[in-house]
Amino acid sequence: MTEVSPDSSPGGGETPPPTTAPPDNGWRQEYWRRNLRLMVILLAIWFVVSFVCGILLIQPLNNIVIAGFPLGFWFAQQGSIYVFVILILVYAKMMDRLDNEYGVNEQPAEGGAK
Amino acid sequence: MSEIQGWTLGFIIVTFAVYLGIAWRSRVKETTGFYVAGQGIPTVANGAAVAADWMSAASFISMAGLIAFLGSDGSIYLMGWTGGYVLLALLIAPYLRKWGKFTVPEFVGDRYSETVRTIAAIAAIIISFTYVVGQMRGGGIVFSRFLGLDITGGVIVAALIIFAYAVLGGMKGITWTQVSQYTVLIIAYLIPAIAVAQQATGIPIPQVSFGQILDELNAMSVQMGLSQFTEAFSARPQIDVFLVTMSLMIGTAGLPHVIVRFYTTKTVRGARYSAFWALFFIALLYTTAPAVGAFTKLNVLEAVNGVAVDALPAWVDNWAATGLITFGENVTTIGSVSNNPASGADLIVNNDILVLASPEIAGLPAPIVGLVAAGGMAAAMSTAAGLLLVISSSFSHDLYFRRVKKDSTDKQRLLAGRIAMGLAVLISVYAGINPPAFVAQVVAFAFGLAAASFFPVIVLGIFWKRCNATGAAAGMVSGMVFTAAYMIYTLPVFGTAAHAHIFDISPEAIGTIGAIVNFIVTIVVSKMTAPPPEEISEMVENIRYPAATRRTVSAGTTGDAA
Repeated sequence: MTEVSPDSSPGGGETPPPTTAPPDNGWRQEYWRRNLRLMVILLAIWFVVSFVCGILLIQPLNNIVIAGFPLGFWFAQQGSIYVFVILILVYAKMMDRLDNEYGVNEQPAEGGAK
Repeated sequence: MSEIQGWTLGFIIVTFAVYLGIAWRSRVKETTGFYVAGQGIPTVANGAAVAADWMSAASFISMAGLIAFLGSDGSIYLMGWTGGYVLLALLIAPYLRKWGKFTVPEFVGDRYSETVRTIAAIAAIIISFTYVVGQMRGGGIVFSRFLGLDITGGVIVAALIIFAYAVLGGMKGITWTQVSQYTVLIIAYLIPAIAVAQQATGIPIPQVSFGQILDELNAMSVQMGLSQFTEAFSARPQIDVFLVTMSLMIGTAGLPHVIVRFYTTKTVRGARYSAFWALFFIALLYTTAPAVGAFTKLNVLEAVNGVAVDALPAWVDNWAATGLITFGENVTTIGSVSNNPASGADLIVNNDILVLASPEIAGLPAPIVGLVAAGGMAAAMSTAAGLLLVISSSFSHDLYFRRVKKDSTDKQRLLAGRIAMGLAVLISVYAGINPPAFVAQVVAFAFGLAAASFFPVIVLGIFWKRCNATGAAAGMVSGMVFTAAYMIYTLPVFGTAAHAHIFDISPEAIGTIGAIVNFIVTIVVSKMTAPPPEEISEMVENIRYPAATRRTVSAGTTGDAA
């Protein structure tokens, strides 16, 4: 899980940071890259359960019937929504961990005082 | 007054008293409270408020009815109006909370330029206004049926009450009012759904039990001249289902009145969890809706199949009085049912009444019918209030304060905001009385416009530092013009001739293409023009990390430079 990429490779599709940014940029790039990777994985699942299972492959999946529900129909009207809820929870939990690991989590005082 | 009317009136008066009481207690005098509730709302409460704000008259009143007649293709609304929250939670909400100011146009203005901010403010007003019209109509339907008013009277009563507490409480009043409205609307939705599921299958969990009746419903639908409930793409072609779903999803993530709700949390972390709670609360209703649609449709079909017109159950006559149920010409016995007046079926049932009528159709007692009416009002009013706030803040904060009177005081801006809200109510009452299409469809157009204007420039603004003001302005304008042009081209509602859909793409689906146009134009124009100044790159860099400073590095000043 905690695979750390070397700093030499630039972030995927990202423009390099501005020259005026603070010099301790390594951790920032790494944090951002891990955030992006998590995001891409979760969005891939998002696309598969809704657009692939619920729309593109709905007709073949409908040949499988579980508890009265044709499977494609179930994904389109029930399953995809359950997965969406779980995806956001997983994202929030994983980001908590990432923030802690990189020390960018918010202090209780921060934000509240605004 | 009938028993149902009495219960309805009772529930509506009690719930309204609660909403107004909350609005009065949390009334605000300064703009921070008015726009973002002082950024002190707990996560779960904020989630419930987002859910109430989100679930409009379209979700509560129209959606299950639409699904009942669309069948499997009703998934466009189910997935479209929930999947957008994944995009919102992952791509937008935490970053805009970190940046943390008042309005969506303000973010666009800081990230790009004042010109882009003006375009965004106008877009926010148009989108929210389109959306608010649907709410007025929804409120009007509830009042007209249950209180015996005509639709015009119903719309006016609904508008007055929404105006009263939105103006009084601003975002703070609205947030706590919406928490109570969510409670009312979800109870009102779940109780009859559970009762109907129990009655029909013996399993009181509608999400699970409606599988049991699908075979029967399919058979019955075919017999009554409709397509099978579970058959995919009977109402829309596959490409259109795909594009409408996508358009609703990215529209959801780009709607100013939804995004702004994540500014009200205390922290970035709070914004992420708010998104989770919001979708959790929304999913309670959205997973129930297809069950309600299926059960109600079966009940309707069984109640009227082969019955003589003068022997139909009482609910048919009640709703016929509002003009939302009509009969075909010279019909004596009901042999076919449709929601389309042009279909020539014996009985035409308007989508919008199925949820409101479902307790009556299933023969549930009067208090439950009254509760559902109060729930429908809660849904319509909570959304309308959130929208009015966006109209008001876009006008006073982003247009009036920035463009007209730059030295205006806090007090003057609050007044300008309240006047803008009042004007918006007046115009939307008129439009609610003369609506351009079904409630849910009116709302769908707002999504197309939001998808084609805000989503691309916000996401690019966060994830692509090279994106500049010229690109964003060109992208937003071209996306919106393209989308609006196609809607005007295909829809007769603007007084123009309706043309056939190009490549089977319906006007609801065009937002997806509009968003792609926006993305491409923004990227190409940005690449062709100078990169944004360094302080913008730094701002973008800063919103990517939740804490102002890294913990291990010694903490500098606490407040962000803003």
